[in-house]
Amino acid sequence: MERSLLFDEEHLLHELKHYLPAQSPLKDFVHHNTLHAFQDLKFFDAINKASEIFGYKTSFSVSEYRERYANGDIKDEILCDVIGRLKGKDKIDFWKSKMLDEPFETVIDKRIGQLRENWKKHYRIDLDAQVHTNLFRLLNSYLDQGVAMWHFPVHSRGFLTAVRELERQSYVSLFKTDRARKMFLGGHVSMEELLKIVVGDERFYEAYIFDQQFAHPGWSGLVAIIEDNPKSLLVIKRITLKELIVLELLFEIDALDHQFSDIWAPLSSHLSQPVDLFKSSTKSAQAEVLRLWQEAMEWSFFDQVLLGMKSSVEVNNIESKSFQALFCIDDRICSLRRYIENLEPNCLTYGTPGHFGIEFYYQPDGGKFHTKVCPAPITPKFLIKEVGKKTKNKKDVHFSKSTHHYAFGWLISQTVGFWSALRLFLQIFRPSLSPATAYSFNHMDKFSELTIENEEGAALVDGLTVGFTVTEMSDRIEAVLRSIGLVDNFSPIVYAIGHGASSVNNTHYAGYDCGACSGRPGSVNARVFCFMANHKGVRAKLKERGIAIPDETQFVGGLHDTTRDEFSFYDENSLSVLNGASHARNVEMFADALDLNAKERSRRFMSVKTKGNATKIHEKVKLRSVSLFEPRPELNHATNSLCIVGRRGLTKNLFLDRRSFMNSYNYQIDPEGKYLLNILNAAAPVCGGINLEYYFSRVDNQKLGAGSKLPHNVMGLIAVANGIEGDLRPGLPYQMIEVHDPLRLMIIVEHKPDVVLDTIQRNPDTYNWFINEWVRLAVIDPDDKGIHVFADGAFNLYCPVTEVLRNEADLMSLLESSHENLPVLTLNN
Amino acid sequence: MIQFLPVFVLLPFLGFLVSLLIPKHREVTLSNAAVAVVSLQLFSALIYVFFWLLGDAAMINVKEIVLYKTEGYEFFIDLFFDRVTAVYLLVGAILTLMITIYSRYYLHRETGYKRFFNTIMFFYLGYNIIIFSGNLETMFIGWEVLGLSSFLLIAFYRDRFLPVKNAVKVFSIYRIGDVGMLLAMWLSHHLWHENITFLKLNNAELVSHHLLEHSAFGVFIAVMFLLSAAVKSAQFPFSSWLPRAMEGPTPSSAIFYGALSVHIGVFLMIRTFPFWENQYVVRVLIVFMGLITAFIGFQTARVQSSIKAQIAYSSISQIGIIFIEVALGLEILALIHFAGNAFLRSYQLLVSPSVVTYLIREQFYNYVPPKAVAEDSWPKKIKHSIYIMSLKEWNLDSMMFNYMWKPTKKLGSLFQFLSRRSVFLYFIPVYIVGCLLWAYQSSVPVSVIKVLPLVFSLIGLVLVLKAFTERKSARLTWILVFLNHFWIALAVSFNEMFSLEENVIYLSGVVIAGLLGYLALSRLARIENGIRLDAFQGHIYEHPKIGFLFLMACLGLAGFPITTTFLGEDLIFSHIHGDQVWLAACVSLSLIVDGLALIRLYARIFLGPHVKTYHEKAHRSS
Repeated sequence: MERSLLFDEEHLLHELKHYLPAQSPLKDFVHHNTLHAFQDLKFFDAINKASEIFGYKTSFSVSEYRERYANGDIKDEILCDVIGRLKGKDKIDFWKSKMLDEPFETVIDKRIGQLRENWKKHYRIDLDAQVHTNLFRLLNSYLDQGVAMWHFPVHSRGFLTAVRELERQSYVSLFKTDRARKMFLGGHVSMEELLKIVVGDERFYEAYIFDQQFAHPGWSGLVAIIEDNPKSLLVIKRITLKELIVLELLFEIDALDHQFSDIWAPLSSHLSQPVDLFKSSTKSAQAEVLRLWQEAMEWSFFDQVLLGMKSSVEVNNIESKSFQALFCIDDRICSLRRYIENLEPNCLTYGTPGHFGIEFYYQPDGGKFHTKVCPAPITPKFLIKEVGKKTKNKKDVHFSKSTHHYAFGWLISQTVGFWSALRLFLQIFRPSLSPATAYSFNHMDKFSELTIENEEGAALVDGLTVGFTVTEMSDRIEAVLRSIGLVDNFSPIVYAIGHGASSVNNTHYAGYDCGACSGRPGSVNARVFCFMANHKGVRAKLKERGIAIPDETQFVGGLHDTTRDEFSFYDENSLSVLNGASHARNVEMFADALDLNAKERSRRFMSVKTKGNATKIHEKVKLRSVSLFEPRPELNHATNSLCIVGRRGLTKNLFLDRRSFMNSYNYQIDPEGKYLLNILNAAAPVCGGINLEYYFSRVDNQKLGAGSKLPHNVMGLIAVANGIEGDLRPGLPYQMIEVHDPLRLMIIVEHKPDVVLDTIQRNPDTYNWFINEWVRLAVIDPDDKGIHVFADGAFNLYCPVTEVLRNEADLMSLLESSHENLPVLTLNN
Repeated sequence: MIQFLPVFVLLPFLGFLVSLLIPKHREVTLSNAAVAVVSLQLFSALIYVFFWLLGDAAMINVKEIVLYKTEGYEFFIDLFFDRVTAVYLLVGAILTLMITIYSRYYLHRETGYKRFFNTIMFFYLGYNIIIFSGNLETMFIGWEVLGLSSFLLIAFYRDRFLPVKNAVKVFSIYRIGDVGMLLAMWLSHHLWHENITFLKLNNAELVSHHLLEHSAFGVFIAVMFLLSAAVKSAQFPFSSWLPRAMEGPTPSSAIFYGALSVHIGVFLMIRTFPFWENQYVVRVLIVFMGLITAFIGFQTARVQSSIKAQIAYSSISQIGIIFIEVALGLEILALIHFAGNAFLRSYQLLVSPSVVTYLIREQFYNYVPPKAVAEDSWPKKIKHSIYIMSLKEWNLDSMMFNYMWKPTKKLGSLFQFLSRRSVFLYFIPVYIVGCLLWAYQSSVPVSVIKVLPLVFSLIGLVLVLKAFTERKSARLTWILVFLNHFWIALAVSFNEMFSLEENVIYLSGVVIAGLLGYLALSRLARIENGIRLDAFQGHIYEHPKIGFLFLMACLGLAGFPITTTFLGEDLIFSHIHGDQVWLAACVSLSLIVDGLALIRLYARIFLGPHVKTYHEKAHRSS
């Protein structure tokens, strides 16, 4: 067949994949920028364009902003300042009156779908209604990871081959008519051939395929992800987006043939000009007003933060006596560190990505697979195995397939059925841990062993080295310690505490765990990190490299469950007597800190009263992690909006309301920004990805988020849908984002502006995040405390508009009295 | 004991009313009220059943209120209690209590919190009316309540396309069951010459005496019972609605479609068992239906890769077996099986989101490549055929579409030419002529009089068919349905004894509902500059009050038990002679289509994705 000039299949598929949602199967849920496809544009141009093409709502509506203004969340003086900066001081009144008073008919029109709308208009046929159900069913059955009892009966290399084999060897057909069936069975059918039949004019092909696939972005996106990363499924399935499109086109031909008895003209015969989906847009006044509102809302918060940083007091590197503790940079840890420091003023806490700089696959004892426990983009070469696991996974008959069998089911429903009633009763009145719970402490058995050190000559497993050599260990430990600025003054105990989460009836559980560990709890990483840092050979090597860790210093790994606010520690037995004793004291202190932290968190839960005894409140908070009926076991990253890269002193006296990622960093030992670059290379995409996923799921929870989770139905263990015939729903469910304010992340770095400018330009990918304003960047100059904000490729001095921050002497009573976001406060420590 | 019986119906009714009155934002009060009412119900039920068991544990029948009485006809509310009621009462109260407690947290901050509890209480009311009903008329009230609450819960997420589409779909299938009930009631009148109570059905001598004369009646009535029961319990060939009903919040799916609603068909069969006990044809038929359902349900469940559909189909297959148990006369086994299945499936649905955590972990540790299934040893072609058929749910869903929806639409489109003007132009004069004929029927030949009822009811049917397929004018649809009732009234008036008073009973509700609905439509049309019908409009987003009024009007016009029309419908049927099968068919078909047209109208105008795009809207396919 002649190749068409206008239609380039490969290009189309590439483009299509670029715009489709890129969410992995549930078990590997990792946050990412929902509109990643538009990231080469400036933020506001991008969201405008996305809205015009796909009909997404990409910010609050004007009336929502006005409401925020009316209740004081958006401050008038900031609003004026923002207009002044962006539009000129003389335009303030003009824009302000537009923003506040002008009526805007907010209508979100979209270009996607317009072409295929013509099926209804000219043919009175609802193609989607006829095609989707069967198509989704086939896809789901083929990709299913273990819901169905009878697995897709053909196990062959690809989706179409398997379906074709199924169809060929069957008395009943998936098709209603002959033509499509014959074409399908005939073997190779090209997209172009099919498009010729369905669409006709090749000028329409591209828009048609976009329309068709964006009628079910959930499935198409998942297929594209699995095509590129088949290992995201445990039971590996080969499928391509092209196969999906071919099958869908065949089904469309089938439906049309069936309806019109083979006599119908291709769609384009009724049309003259194709829609240009991606044509550049004109900037409307409304878009400009929305931009100003968004900026004003963001600065209403950031302004306070920057003022707070400016007025922060230098905390000298105290001669630390008790302990040092490394935590993840996660925004959920921020308040816990505050309580620990309050209860033990002689300690130092640090933040670093929760995989603790060690990248590997982890295989639990008895596990048939291994799982990645480091940031998703990294492909590790190492494997660490667990051996000597003591506990066993419990079973639950309710998930057993035999309950669906007619004969066993008959027996089971009359016996187990009554047990179910009792179970339900207990789970409602006394919720407790069950096999259905995703329990963070189960990730690794507390008393098992890990194969961390590489034994020379050990065989590769699946192409992976088992364990690390001493040099490999030392490199990693050194990098982490230097990046957080912990190179001397080691205290006798250094904790490294990963985090994970526990929940039940939560399909998005992976998103609650540590993002730096690919959506797994960070226990293994913490323990591995400590093993390495305690290793004699490593210590010796580190000493050579200028980091002298005293012999009495011992590293202790642990896991913090952010839902339950519980700690668990590993290898405590190896502590010296002296350290053992102080560790025991610390554990008691941690327990108090965790109580207080749980109490602070509880203020966001309407169903828990925050007033009262912290331990009692903590118990209630814990119950949420095992309650079947609790759609919000914790609030995860909701309200995140900051990432601070600097010494703890910057934030120690500030109350940031658990809204900040915190990466420890000491500019003094990194004058050239070498470690800073590494930090930003990770922080921009990871924290930025989390932040933007929350942002977009919040502003358009229907199209960019997953909607309410209450009606969700699990499809093939890989995704959720509404009901049984709906499209998959990527994005975050309503219950995760409802308290989130859609602010873009601001990264604040403590360093000289020129060093930071030079640093970020070294990696174009990272620089892209900042220059296109998907993540904001500010620098606090350690010398003069000047604030510099990055815009259009340069740092500009910024003077906070807010004059003074409220000082709060009694934080607890404030926390007890409010469910809402609190302003930035200064604290007396 | 007897005087306490109404409590079990009044209490849920009270709960429903209270839940309507509590303001929307008072989440705690709303859920507390619901929990309090259901707890009280459970508590009283336990005490009641305890003392009833201590006593003689005999069947109890109470004639509560006589709503209408003339010579030879009596419409009364009747309550009944026996061990079947006891089991359904306890299982229902236990599950509803647990689900309401569950939902008070689960639904927290969900828009529609109040709507959810209203609907749950409404459902619970309907459930209790059915299980306590002592005659078919009373049961039918509950039957209608259950159908409507199902519709409302499936369409809980009323701004999305699929829930609304599926709600309409399920409602239309339910409608078949409703007509089964109506026809069963119709022939029962003629068989017993009274509104027979279930208590009397237990009198074997009486039953066999009546059936001796009218064995055909007996079979017909029994088959109608079976039809209604099969629809409500998603038995073959109606199974495909059940998984599609799983659109609401998970706990509502658990209680409705996992547990209580779906077992109501079983209840009807147990309740009417004494009636068809000796009709072996019927019993064999039930066993066959049960077998087919068990097989198809099981096969379909096996290939389902979505968890809720899998649970739905395995529940269906168990209910198939329960039907067999009932047909075999194993009442106690059936009751145990019902309770166990209800508990098991509702729990499985409630924990269904956990299946990801659990099964992925299982797989991670215990993965074995897909196991061989029994069919692997079969010839490939047979194996694949069964797989494909199961994947396509044995075509049950497309069958419903092809054999029900499509023909109705086709019929309706024959009358596409009718406009609002022509309706008035053609039908009003003809109606006047019809009235004159009625007034002077003594001077019209008997042979003409004989066919007139059928002719007029056919005209009524044409009107609703047209209403059902109308794509442009909402008000025309409304008027057509409205007029249909007048034609039916006229048709039946030619049968003796359908007095003016009875006409008033039947039509007064129609008139009130008709006016109310017309006003609501006019108001909406004025605000929105006309109402389109070609796609879902979702006007409830901006006009919840008009939407509510219109729903009430629709219910009134559809003969829902809120106006006298409900009673009137029963009266109408009591006047259709036992040999006027065609008239009965026409009238009942009219009533089915009339309900369909109305619910379609309501859904099109008020539900579904909002036409305006200034707020978040889900993809159609989601």
